[in-house]
Amino acid sequence: MNVTAENVTKEYIRPGRGTNRFAAVNGVSLTLEGGSLCAVMGRSGSGKTTLLNILSGLLSPTSGKVFLDGRDIYSLDDKTLSRLRCESFGVVPQGQSAVRTLTVEENILLPFMLYKEKGGREYALELMKRLGIAELASVKPSELSGGELRRMSIARAVIRRPGVIFADEPTGDLDDENTALVFDFLKQLAGEGSAVMVVSHENDALKYADRVMKMSAGNFEIMKGA
Amino acid sequence: MRSIVLKNLKGRPVRTAVLVMIAAFLSFAVFGGTLVTASLGRGIDSLEERLGADVMAVPKEATQKKRFEDIILQGSTGYFYMDIAKLDEISQLEGVGQISAQLYLASTSSSCCSIPVQIIGFDPETDFTVTPWIKRSCGNELGQRDIVVGNDLNAFVGDKLSFYGVECRVAAKLDKTGTSYDTTVFTNTATIKELIRSSLERGMNDFSDIDPDRVVSCLLIDAADGYTPEEIMNDINLHVKRVKAYQSKSMITGIASSLSGVSGMIRTLIGAVWLLGIVIMLLAFTMSVNERKKEFAVLRITGASRKMLSGLVMKEALAVGAAGGVAGCLLGMLVLIPFGDLIEQKLSLPYLFPGWGYVLVCFACTLAVSVISGVASSAVSSLRMSRIDTGIIMRGDS
Repeated sequence: MNVTAENVTKEYIRPGRGTNRFAAVNGVSLTLEGGSLCAVMGRSGSGKTTLLNILSGLLSPTSGKVFLDGRDIYSLDDKTLSRLRCESFGVVPQGQSAVRTLTVEENILLPFMLYKEKGGREYALELMKRLGIAELASVKPSELSGGELRRMSIARAVIRRPGVIFADEPTGDLDDENTALVFDFLKQLAGEGSAVMVVSHENDALKYADRVMKMSAGNFEIMKGA
Repeated sequence: MRSIVLKNLKGRPVRTAVLVMIAAFLSFAVFGGTLVTASLGRGIDSLEERLGADVMAVPKEATQKKRFEDIILQGSTGYFYMDIAKLDEISQLEGVGQISAQLYLASTSSSCCSIPVQIIGFDPETDFTVTPWIKRSCGNELGQRDIVVGNDLNAFVGDKLSFYGVECRVAAKLDKTGTSYDTTVFTNTATIKELIRSSLERGMNDFSDIDPDRVVSCLLIDAADGYTPEEIMNDINLHVKRVKAYQSKSMITGIASSLSGVSGMIRTLIGAVWLLGIVIMLLAFTMSVNERKKEFAVLRITGASRKMLSGLVMKEALAVGAAGGVAGCLLGMLVLIPFGDLIEQKLSLPYLFPGWGYVLVCFACTLAVSVISGVASSAVSSLRMSRIDTGIIMRGDS
């Protein structure tokens, strides 16, 4: 699967400032291709997360278009786009993201539960093994460490074998061992054919990325790869 | 989605319990208040039906200190007599249709009597008020020393009760009326005359010089066609000496206005509780949804549509409203059914619990009110949740 952004801009209005309109993302065009891991680097506030949210169908741009295999995702109604996000996109959000009343396994199977679909349990078990959280399947998120929560979040993002995976600072609060484990796993997924986009401000991502892009004040430049 | 709703409710037991309790309190107020109001309404209907006659005439002295009204309306005991000639005199008046006499006696708590109660003797030949509803409980005519007991009295068919040394047989027990008649004993004229005679012989009657064959206590009168009860009442009060006539309807006017006051108060209370419940639930849902904003963002990220998110909040509210509704109604039944007599005593108003059909309808309506209230109070939170900006919420954590 390929995701293509065409001249995407996201503007916000900041009340009480001199210039009350500012662009978090300014005319970005790019393509995320299946089978490659793309790292988006940049300082805090450079627009990385905004770009990820736009590309993953969570935030409609002020102007420009986003296509998934040629289909303009923002022309879809919310129901269709939500379903598409569930089936084709896997998002690892910033910070801790868990539904605390569900167990780890249920959290991972959430994309199936939402649409009352069965299945995914075997793959969930396999993912938990690969990510080293198999023994925590029936545990509630409140009992997990930051690293375990992050790995759970990654497993949930990929449980439906999505064509595109977005990871926002997936190693932000992890130690070196967990950071390597997460990047290895994301690299494997890219190797299996998924388009993977990792937003990070850590240099570790550079080692694993096929392409590296840098964002600065909403603008975008390619540092490595075509 | 339903399993997520149930897991959310089960996973936050304290929050869920508090919300269910609020909904239960709201439902209890609506259900209980409605049933009490209905019971009071039925009570006064029943009293009106039991009074039966358009006009009631009693000796003037019976009206002092509201003795007569207290016997009829409040369940007090007492007796008074006037000459039987008043029966003939009143029956001659223009516009008097049916007329029947009753004799009163009150038993005492001394050893000669099994229980202290009001005893009313009616004439089966002329009676048109008591006989119809006594017949519903007792198919046969009452024989000598046969009595019919009110529903609240602790006596059953076949029991023997003694009044002034005369042993009487309980021939029937009346259905509940919610009025003073529930603590009254009814018998025919022949039996009550025997009881009065016995009380006189024992020196236990307030009137020492009466002949039971020559007195009556109360005359029940129906207006003939073309005449109004008011005309009959005025005619008696003007032309028959030492007799006071009442219109039955005006006798219950006081009760009706008390009932209207109590019912109005209950309705206001229901409204206040309902409003308070809605406000508390609204706040509780708003706080709960704010606290769970990030979880909703996670659901959105994993593919939940805006409609699904608002549906999740609504379904939780619906489940809370339904559980609270059932709990409140059951609590209402647990309180109102066993303690109906106590409520009647405390309110001092006729009180007759409605039939099960009405209770079931009331149950269903209260449940609907509870569910609608829950869903309505979650509507604002639900709408807000459907508009969340996932990116901003998730970023708030980092």
